[in-house]
Amino acid sequence: MTDTAMTVIGQSVIGKPVSRVDGRAKVTGAATYAGEFRPDRLAHAAVVTSTIPAGRIRALFADAAESSPGVLVVATHHNAPRLPYNSMAQRPQVDPQAGDQLRVLQSPEIRFNGQPIAVVVAETLEQATHAAALIRVEYDPAPAVTRFEEAAKSPRKPSAGKPTDLARGDADAALAAAQVTIDATYDQPMEHHNAIEPHVTIAAWDGDRLTLWDKTQWVGNDRAEIAHVFGIPEEDIRVVSPFVGGAFGSALRTWPHVTLAAIAAKMAGRPVKLELTRRQLFSAIGFRPRTVQRVALGAEADGRLTALIQEAVGHTSQYEDYAETTVEPASMLYSCPNLRTAYRLAPMNINSPCPMRAPGVVTGVLALEMAMDELAEAAGVDPLDLRLRNYAERDENKDLPWSSKGLRDCYKTAAERFGWSGRSPKPGSMRDGRELVGWGMATAVYPTHRAAASASVVIRDDGTAVVRSAASDMGPGTYTSMTQVAAEALDLPVERVRFELGDTDLPKAPVHGGSITMASVGSAVQAACVAARARMRALSNAVDPVRGADYAEILRRHGLPQVDVEADAAPGIEQKRFSMYAFGAIFAEVRVDPDLGTVRVPRLVGAYGSGRIVNPKTARSQCVGGMVLGLGMALSEQSEWDDRFGKVMNANLAEYLVPVNADVPHLDVTFVDEHDPHVNPLGVKGLAEIAAVGVTPAIANAVHHATGIRFRSLPITPDKVLAGLSKKR
Amino acid sequence: MHPFAYTAAQTPQDVTTRGSHPPHPDILAGGTDLLQLLKERVRTPAELIDINGLDLGGIDEKNGCLRVGALVRMSELAADPRVTRDWPVVSKALLDSASAQVRNMASIAGNLLQRTRCPYFRDATTPCNKRDPGTGCSALDGLNRTHAILGTSDRCIAAHPSDLAVALVALDARISILGPDGEDEVAVENLHRLPGDTPHMETVLQPGDLITAIHIPASECARRSHYVKVRDRASFEWALVSAAVGLDMDGGTISDARVAVGGVGTKPWRLRTVESLLIGKAPGPQVFKAAADRAADGAQPRGGNAYKVELLKHTVTRALMELGGCA
Repeated sequence: MTDTAMTVIGQSVIGKPVSRVDGRAKVTGAATYAGEFRPDRLAHAAVVTSTIPAGRIRALFADAAESSPGVLVVATHHNAPRLPYNSMAQRPQVDPQAGDQLRVLQSPEIRFNGQPIAVVVAETLEQATHAAALIRVEYDPAPAVTRFEEAAKSPRKPSAGKPTDLARGDADAALAAAQVTIDATYDQPMEHHNAIEPHVTIAAWDGDRLTLWDKTQWVGNDRAEIAHVFGIPEEDIRVVSPFVGGAFGSALRTWPHVTLAAIAAKMAGRPVKLELTRRQLFSAIGFRPRTVQRVALGAEADGRLTALIQEAVGHTSQYEDYAETTVEPASMLYSCPNLRTAYRLAPMNINSPCPMRAPGVVTGVLALEMAMDELAEAAGVDPLDLRLRNYAERDENKDLPWSSKGLRDCYKTAAERFGWSGRSPKPGSMRDGRELVGWGMATAVYPTHRAAASASVVIRDDGTAVVRSAASDMGPGTYTSMTQVAAEALDLPVERVRFELGDTDLPKAPVHGGSITMASVGSAVQAACVAARARMRALSNAVDPVRGADYAEILRRHGLPQVDVEADAAPGIEQKRFSMYAFGAIFAEVRVDPDLGTVRVPRLVGAYGSGRIVNPKTARSQCVGGMVLGLGMALSEQSEWDDRFGKVMNANLAEYLVPVNADVPHLDVTFVDEHDPHVNPLGVKGLAEIAAVGVTPAIANAVHHATGIRFRSLPITPDKVLAGLSKKR
Repeated sequence: MHPFAYTAAQTPQDVTTRGSHPPHPDILAGGTDLLQLLKERVRTPAELIDINGLDLGGIDEKNGCLRVGALVRMSELAADPRVTRDWPVVSKALLDSASAQVRNMASIAGNLLQRTRCPYFRDATTPCNKRDPGTGCSALDGLNRTHAILGTSDRCIAAHPSDLAVALVALDARISILGPDGEDEVAVENLHRLPGDTPHMETVLQPGDLITAIHIPASECARRSHYVKVRDRASFEWALVSAAVGLDMDGGTISDARVAVGGVGTKPWRLRTVESLLIGKAPGPQVFKAAADRAADGAQPRGGNAYKVELLKHTVTRALMELGGCA
């Protein structure tokens, strides 16, 4: 596959705002999500979880549950099959790179509050749920580490994974010598994904063969992990996941409940559906770790950076080292000769964290960008000018040129659309009646990755095509964008192309995460379609590329019902020659009520340089969603942890406050023109993650501009604003 | 879910008779709170008695009083033109509550009886005197940013969550109760108890009691009334602090005043001291602020909710200013 293999005839469909091809199915309920499949004799499971954070189960009394009406089996560590949990040749990159995954029902040991300790299977969900409540457990508690502050006192380095301690020059000496300095600590709370669709698995055994209908962002890895857990060949497992009701990273890993569902189905001798309750979603799957960061900046009087130090501590479980790339953006976002970063882990009695939209990057950038705003104030430089003065012309961390960087355009476009030049620099100087008005901005960045992927194409003698890859669509519009890529490469109208995903029977795809789907699967789809079209040309003996409209006739002439083509696509040497990132600029306006402490955001403006935009409609949708996530992170979202019990107390959607419509302001999204010939054949950089980055610090910086107060602990709730304002008075 | 028997009440007497005998069924109206409590096993009743088939609806105005059937839905009362005209604080408090979907389901009487949002009450694995008497209060030294500062005890600091109740307490509303021994009427202000040593006993209702209607008297204070709610997000969220206010003017002087607050009390909280400081004065920022400065008298904050002392004063001031045309 070469970068220029595609020859376009007629009007390009890439770049068109095509409406979601699965939209009708979704709004009419015809789209079948994992939990909606109905294998014959389906039974229902309820999970029992621990109520202490550390220790052992001394006794578990299941008799009452077992004799409860409708109950088929109660699986506990006493009677569950001992599973081999074979280690994989290579750890999936979505799993923590050190430690051992939680092994369910294999021992009486308790590692965290909310750990699954039993599964009840019954004819109905109500029977299972009731019986689960009849299980009585006695524990021998052990000392638990449940205070973040305590765990963070002696944090340790992640024992595997990407290096997080980067250095160039002498950052500490440069900081000591700097004319202007900032040294501050930022606290970002634990957050949970809270997708509308709960995690759910249906497991059905047919002899030694297992089918899983699962909410997952990666059917291939689901299959591999369960094969290793059970010690069975991958070929004996099929994973089906055609629709995902939001995930934001929570469905990257194969969580213990998937194993529980398979255990339960095996023991019950029936297909079993296991759906986690909303409360269980706060302990049975991962979360964004709480992260406390020190950022120290040193600069010349004009704001040019001379020193950058970023040190982060995030929490993880007692059994796995979940590490994030929190401090990586500091190494490349701005030009700075002296740099030092560190990332440390604070292990606690809690379940393992996991990636949540723009994992690590969103966290690291929010601290860095809040610190940059502080530096701008200290140096008396406009926050946007400060970014431009420190613009990185190449990646100083990797010492490579950018494959492309549209950040200057992003700053310019977003600043103009926002009206930034009308900003009065002095904090607290912009008012509207009693409201304090604040304008803030921040930079966004996210690395562009790509992984190997495969796709197949079938061109039929009716002139239609079916394109397949075991990808996922958790909301960005994979179905639609892949259909567009295929339609363009095949020279067919979108209506004549169908894209299928979410099934391990389909050609292999990488994880649907890290914003890599379009770069990876899109490249494979394009390669397969280009190859299929070349096959059609060979059949027709044409010199020029054939038209899609002629496929039916060509096949009929040869008496062929269809043509099948499969192709692989993988990243190459370009990955070593260029540094690849998407960039963006976010501007925010806030209104602060100085008497009531409330912060409202009337508008957000974002401009993104993210390569080629395949579908501006779904792309805008992604960016709008990312902005809402950043808004929640800034003002309301946090998982409220009680040290004494070692658990999240606001474990429901009434008290975990994601923004509601009334909170969501006017959102302005622009994509700057960016032609990147290096990143991948499609020239795309992905949008899912970068859309979430930079929003939170832009809002926090705007709150400072409105009030003159730095709120370094998120979210910025009315109690904090009132306390800050009354201290100032 | 805990298994329960389901009975659809045919007459109000079904409710009073069955309710006054074991197993003392829980009453099902809108179900918007009860279902959460059942799913979380905070409530495990052996029987539910469904009153939705009873003739307990309707909004009537008679002799200067609005009679609201117990089963009137929140959305219906909020949108009633008589309410928006003569009892605006009631409409505003309702529209500031919950979401449109919840308001279409939830009943007026059920709204008054909704249980606290204290996270320890709603998590059946943590100690809570309100849910399991004698187990202790986890909120006293725990997460208590949303908890009450008025009317608390060393057994419970859970805040009462209803917005509507705050407006009704301000307006001297009363409720009709049908019990096993006949009918009774009680002021909404006296419906809820202080937690004291028995936080699990939340109201004066006895087993078998059924709220049949709410009576909201008309007054100049009701006609000139307002509700201000401060919360963490702009909608679909309970109050950190709220204030229901009403003013009656005689020339340039305040002749009557009503002030009740929510989010700060273990029950809907009337502020008579603040009211008395307003009466006889000319409305204005200074007068409002001076009166509101007494709003938190007797407050007992516990760490996380200490900000509510100031926020309460500011919220009452804001409500009065907006109502008095000063803001």
